[in-house]
Amino acid sequence: MQPFKSHTGIAVPLLRDDINTDEMSPVQAMREMKPDYKKLLFMRRRVEEPDFVLNKPQFQNPGILVTGQNFGAGSSREAAVWGMLANNIRVIVAKSFADIYRENCLQNGLLPVVLGSDLADAFVARVVATNGAAPFTVDLETQTISGPGGPDIKFDIPAADRMRLLEGLDDIGLTLKHTEEIVAWEKRIAASQPWLQEARDSRRR
Amino acid sequence: MPETLFDKIWNAHLVARRADGRELIYVDRHVLHELHAPHAFETLEKQHRPVRRPDLTFSAQDHTVSTQPGRNDESNPSGAAFIRAMREGSRKNRIRVFDLGDPDQGISHVVAPELGMVLPGATHAVPDSHASTVGGLGALAFGCGTTELGHILATQVIAMKRPKSMLVRLDGKLGPHVSAKDVALRIIAEIGVSGARGHVVEYAGSAARAMPMEQRMTLCNLNIEMGGRSGFVAPDESTFQWIAGRPFAPQGAMWDRALAHWRTLTTDAGAKFDRELILDCGGLEPQITWGTDPSQVLGISGKVPDPSATDGGKRDALQSALDYMGLQPGMALAGLPVNRVFIGSCTNARLPDLQTAADVVRGRKVAEGVVAMVVPGSSTVKREAEAKGLDRVFRDAGFFWGESGCSMCAGGNGDRGEPGERIVSTTNRNFENRQGPKTRTHLVSPATAAATAIAGRIADVRQLGNA
Repeated sequence: MQPFKSHTGIAVPLLRDDINTDEMSPVQAMREMKPDYKKLLFMRRRVEEPDFVLNKPQFQNPGILVTGQNFGAGSSREAAVWGMLANNIRVIVAKSFADIYRENCLQNGLLPVVLGSDLADAFVARVVATNGAAPFTVDLETQTISGPGGPDIKFDIPAADRMRLLEGLDDIGLTLKHTEEIVAWEKRIAASQPWLQEARDSRRR
Repeated sequence: MPETLFDKIWNAHLVARRADGRELIYVDRHVLHELHAPHAFETLEKQHRPVRRPDLTFSAQDHTVSTQPGRNDESNPSGAAFIRAMREGSRKNRIRVFDLGDPDQGISHVVAPELGMVLPGATHAVPDSHASTVGGLGALAFGCGTTELGHILATQVIAMKRPKSMLVRLDGKLGPHVSAKDVALRIIAEIGVSGARGHVVEYAGSAARAMPMEQRMTLCNLNIEMGGRSGFVAPDESTFQWIAGRPFAPQGAMWDRALAHWRTLTTDAGAKFDRELILDCGGLEPQITWGTDPSQVLGISGKVPDPSATDGGKRDALQSALDYMGLQPGMALAGLPVNRVFIGSCTNARLPDLQTAADVVRGRKVAEGVVAMVVPGSSTVKREAEAKGLDRVFRDAGFFWGESGCSMCAGGNGDRGEPGERIVSTTNRNFENRQGPKTRTHLVSPATAAATAIAGRIADVRQLGNA
């Protein structure tokens, strides 16, 4: 996974709550094994709504998405994260994230920043006022957002998630260090709850 | 200290704590589907990483398969590549696949329980947000993304931060024609689409207890629509009876041993939950969504809300939902003409769902101009329904009777509505464009869907006279 240290880019305001992954990556656009993820992101809105924020000239090179509550609700489809990365959006700043979507971000080196309501509102006001004229920088090492219109904003992120993003850790590699414990668990359960360790079709002899 | 059942299952599956603080939870059964698994197979192959436990892993073909009679890989042209990649990836990795034409084919969340793969107190993972459907049998199931799916294939554990716990106590007794779907929609309406975010929900109380397994699965299926990380109903004697004798369930002496353990799977008296919600289901009427998220719900006799009576923040969202749905503030939904009715999906396409709908339909005709479909949740459900003659009931009434798959729920197989159509559907998401571009979806129970197909208008099943 590509490590995340800091990212500088145009901040795009998409100021609604509960934006779901169907909207970010319509299933009708996922009909190929390897779709063009750059085009796929918010495809329907980009095609049908000339006024959609990502169609505006000042947001043609987005870097940071700024949104409301519960971003990424609905389906678990990871294409909704891959579409962000394909558009060079490597940070999403929200009031909250849906669980599976946030997890998919962490798996792909996309930084999900959660700001409390007041901080978020202040940041949104700066993003709206800036209107794509200058970039913002999100630095994970110092846990700050900096840019036009005000002082640096500090954000919190669980230490474990921060470390994983900073180091671009291979998640599977990290877990495989615990292979002995996985084997030990399997042996223990095979003795105490053996039905969990075998999934046999009794119709087949 | 008294423990919740969630605590017990989590602790029993805790393998290790990783350096980054995440807990490794063993996955007892891993069920894949063809929309996402091929990507993970490819990544693992590039990394030269084998699948750790192919014997605990199963592959379903469900999201992209055609529902047309006599279907093959090509019947849905855009599905063929996924279906073949799934077959090939499963073969290479020695994973059993419930392929097209297999008698066990169907929607993963329907197939796994009916084959007896889902056991009380076991953990499951599926790369699909509706994974917790199988919580109806007392299993702890997690939906995940594609990268996580690869992680589970390689390690057989899922790396998670421990979620919080929530109790939803369902009191009272459901009235006639009111089912788990109505209860679930009402819960989502009460707490909102992110109300259970970060929580594992235990559904308890007399109304949950009284539900047969298929309804408990419907209840747990919709858990993600309020943002829940997982959801389950603690198992009881009716759970054990339901599982007994199924092909993958333990047999003989092993069954007796398992049963003795399963009877210990309860939340201890006095155990603390991080949150609790109590809902009296006694007076509940059939529910229906009016808007574009699953929390925008009305009783069937209710009126569409008026955005001008709402405070600032939510007003725009309400107005935008009304506009998309083609509705006016204050109007009733009952009586509104519909174009299409869909009965199917992991939410509501098990045998009793189809039986309930058939009981409403029997001897009647689908209203003129309405396209009505029934898509069984699995090929087994389809065979069992046909053995009971339900297919005749639906066909005689003018319904399409399809082969099993996700069909119009996910919209990945070509089944969909036309722009502007009003669709009444037993599925789980009424998001904009979900069932086809510009379609207007109302989520309901199978009974309400059946009554609506007959009336040609959104109907209160309780008021449909005798045929």
